[in-house]
Parts: sequence; structure tokens; C-alpha cells
Amino acid sequence: MSLFLYSRTLLPGAFLTLLFAGAALLSLVWVPYDPTVLDIANKIKSPSWAHPFGTDQFGRDILSMIMVGARTSIAVALVAVGIGMLVGVPLGLAAAARKGGLLDEVIMRMNDLVFAFPSLLIAVMITAVFGASALNAIIAIGIFNIPVFARLTRGTALSLWSRDYIMAARVAGKGPARISLEHILPNVANLLIVQGTIQFSLGILAEAGLSYVGLGAQPPTASWGRMLADSQTMISFAPHLALFPGLAILLTVLGLNLLGDGLRDILDPKLRRVRA
Amino acid sequence: MLRYFLKRLLSLALSLVAASIVIFLALEVVPGDPAAYMLGLNAQEDTLNALREQLGLNGTVLERYLSWAGGLLTGDFGISYTYRTPVSEMIGDRMWVSLPLALYALTLSTLIAFPAGIWAASRRGSYVDAGVMGVTQLGVAIPNFWFAMLMVLIFAINLRWFSAGGFAGWDAGFWAGMKSLTLPAIALALPQASILTRVMRSSLLDTLNEDFIRTARAKGLNKAQAMWRHALRNALIPVLTIMGLQFSFLLAGAIIIENVFFLPGLGRLVFQAISARDLIVVESVVMLLVFAVIVVNFAVDLAYALVDPRLRGRR
Repeated sequence: MSLFLYSRTLLPGAFLTLLFAGAALLSLVWVPYDPTVLDIANKIKSPSWAHPFGTDQFGRDILSMIMVGARTSIAVALVAVGIGMLVGVPLGLAAAARKGGLLDEVIMRMNDLVFAFPSLLIAVMITAVFGASALNAIIAIGIFNIPVFARLTRGTALSLWSRDYIMAARVAGKGPARISLEHILPNVANLLIVQGTIQFSLGILAEAGLSYVGLGAQPPTASWGRMLADSQTMISFAPHLALFPGLAILLTVLGLNLLGDGLRDILDPKLRRVRA
Repeated sequence: MLRYFLKRLLSLALSLVAASIVIFLALEVVPGDPAAYMLGLNAQEDTLNALREQLGLNGTVLERYLSWAGGLLTGDFGISYTYRTPVSEMIGDRMWVSLPLALYALTLSTLIAFPAGIWAASRRGSYVDAGVMGVTQLGVAIPNFWFAMLMVLIFAINLRWFSAGGFAGWDAGFWAGMKSLTLPAIALALPQASILTRVMRSSLLDTLNEDFIRTARAKGLNKAQAMWRHALRNALIPVLTIMGLQFSFLLAGAIIIENVFFLPGLGRLVFQAISARDLIVVESVVMLLVFAVIVVNFAVDLAYALVDPRLRGRR
């Protein structure tokens, strides 16, 4: 537990993250009410003991929908971060291993190009071509994550390549690919974890925004962004419909950001002095 | 300096060409014939052909790309498949909503972030600092469209200070137009202001640790004087970078916020075009936004080189 003493943000961050991850996992086996079953007799009920977060215009339980929606948000953001890492990290390692070479140049220019497209624009284009779906939202957010991880990996790897222990490995006869995997990657891993947490939270915000404008998960898949979109016309007489999904997004993103800050405090001792 | 400028200009041109190819090819794979879509099922083959010719749909991929890209250069974006009006006119109209909105938000964000960041940095470790950091932590995490909905609930529906959506139009007067952009601009500015505040604070704190600040203090300047005369100017470089990046987020983020407030800007245009399969409009708006992002970042790069001669030598 002494780790938690290093950082004031780690504990609240881990708590919020586990809370929503737990809700998502729990929803796989149990939810208070089936969020796909309509119960018109109980429509637009304010929060009560039976429905802690109230019910929506079709009488569906908001708490259950938020639990199932957590699954969508987390799954989309997690896979998008995975795509970014799986593609971006090898590209970054390769670019650093051949610094200044053609490969490096090509990879970095392609990164610049992707950076010129805000993730929302990539999503808009993909939707225009292939239609709206959770899968396309994942691809759009994932593509945007690739240059983030490629740049981070390349930048850190470049500073490592000049170290003595890398020289020792080269003298020992190891090739660039083996050095990248055995010596560079483990030393970049900490930063990747921290950046991964931050991209995870950005992914949740992006997914919510995309579903809000109808470019993300489609009905009947529950999603926080679409719950907000549906609630908009009823906000004057049923504000609770907009309140809880919004709070869910806010708290999840806040939790991940705090967790990321906390992990950085622990994993990167150099920064501890500056932030203290 | 000239050499640096030319080098950056060349890389700007290459980025634009690459971006236009990506956008063109992405929308090239969409199935369907716009001419058939416009004329309906009973169209004659020769009318279809004539329309295809008029829309520039005949010819090889390369020819079509060149005519599209050439059109972009001369401001001719083609004809909308659904509205039958020139795309450049549609974009021109919408631009008068989206661009002022992004600039309004950027102004708000700067006006909030600079004082807040400087205040927090100058009271480092105090409750002021902790408070400012806490608020920015929330500002980064809040989905801005949800924040927008809450503002509509409070300021439009309950207090009736603003209208809940729609755009008064610049014909109704400058202030009427600005008033309908105020809530959207605040919603757009909030996350950006939070990020900028954090960057401003940490950049200032870094600068305050530099030797030249110690020298300034040693020659008798007090803390505030050292901050204003020496630290602030040096701390601005990372802040400028982030502001450049944010402009692109503001333009793209406006796509969502315009939908919350039913503003007739580029964002609404894109969504209407997607649902009508009016791909040439989607293509043009995306290209325009990417163009804006690339050019703004180019301008920021040049601005640094002007501010900081050390950077000219670098790539």
C-alpha cells in the first residue's frame, strides 16, 4: 500500500476506474432490470428506491442502462487503445532503430498526416463511407491513437539507443530487432502504461461524443452518448435522464486521468520532484 | 530564415497533397453513382452520361482526382448532389457560423487560461493552486456536449437568458449573433481552457526554475517583476504550440457542439450531407478542416521561429 503514499491521485483514480470497470463486468451477469425491456407504465420516473437513477421515456431502468453502457464505452476505448499500441509501438521502435533512415522518415511523415485529421473527422469519413457502428467508432479512435504511441515510443527509444547498455548489447552481437524487443521495449513500457491510461480516457470521451451525434454504437446497444442524445428533448421536464449518463462519463474519465497522473508519479521518479 | 521558411512551405504543400489523396481515395470506394442518385431510377442513359460529364465523374481515377484537386485550388468545390448548388457557396454560408464560433471559443479559452495559469503558478502549492488544478481536472474530464446541455437547462430553460439553440444570423446584428454563439463557445472553450491553464502553469513553473530567473532575482527584482519581465515571455512557447493544436480541436469539436445548439455551421452541414449520402460535400468539408489544421500548425511553427531563433536550425 505504500505506493499510494507517493501520489494523492492514485487512490481516488483507481477507485473510480475499478467502480466503472466493476459495473461493466457485473452487468455481464446481473443488472437490476433488463435494459432492453420496455415498461411504459413506469416511463420517465424520477429516482426512487426501486429505480435509483429513475427510468427513461420507455420505462427502462437508467441504472441498468448505465451499467450496460459502461461495457460499450470501456470496450470501444480499450480496443482502440489496443490498436494504437499494437500498431504504433512497433512502428516507433522500428523508426528509432533506423533513425534518420527512409523507414523513419516515412513513418514520421505518415504520423504527421494522421495528426492533421482530428479523430472526429476520421470518424466522420469512416461513417460516410461504411456507415455508423461501434466497430467503425473503434477504428476511427484507434487510427488516431497510432501516431500518439508511435511518437512516444520513438522519442523515448531514441534517447535509450545512445545508452551504454545498448552499446554492450550491440557488441554482444544482438541485432536491432532483438535489442528493440529485449532492451528498449521494457524501458518504454512504463511510459506506455501511463499514456495508455490517458488515451483510454480520451477514447471514452470520443466514444461518447460519436454516439451522441449518432456515429457510434447503434440501438439496441446501450451507450452513454446516445442516452444523452435521447434525453436532450426531454431535459426541461426530466433532467435526471441527462444527469446520470453525463455523470458516468465525467467520473470514468476523471478516474482514468487521476489514475494516469498517479501512475506517472510512481513509474517516473524524475517527475516526482517537479510535481511535488 | 528564408531557407527554414521554404523548407516548411514545401512540407506544408506535401502534407496538403497527401491529405487530399487520402480523402479522395477514402470516398472513392463508396459504391453508387451520384448521377443515378440525382436523376432517379427512370433516367435515360444519355441524360445520365451528360450529368456525369457535368459533375466530372467520367474519366480515370487520376483524371477525377486532378480535376477535383484543381477545383479546390480555384475555390470550385463542385456541385452538391442533393442541393444542386455549388458546394463552395454552401460552405461559405456555414463558415460564417463555424469560424466565428471557433475564434470566440479560442478567445474565451485564452482569456481564462492565461490569468488562471499565471495565478496558480505564482501561488504554487497553495490552496489557490490546488483549487485551480482541481477545476481544470474536472474541465478536462467533462464531456463538453453534456456541459452544453446543462448550460441550456440552466441559462436557457430556467433563467431564459439565452435561447436554447439556433442562430440569430449576423443580419440581426453583431450582438444578436454573438449572443447565440455564447453558450456554444463556452462549452467548446471549457476543456481547452482547462488544458491551456495546466500547460501555462507547468511551463511557467519550469521557466521559474531557470538560471536567468535566479539572476533576475539576484539583481534585485522581486518575484512578480521577474515573472512578468522574464518568465512569462519564455514560458509562452509551449503555450503557443498547444493553442495551435487546439484550434483544430475547436473546429472539429464544433461538429458536435453545433449539433447540441442546432447551429447552421459546417458540423451540421457534414451530418446532413452524410445522411443524404452527399459525399462531395463531406469530402469538401473534411478537406477544408484538414487544410485549416495544417495551415494553422504551419503558422505556429513559423511563429516560434520568429520568437525563438534557436529553433530555426532544427528540422
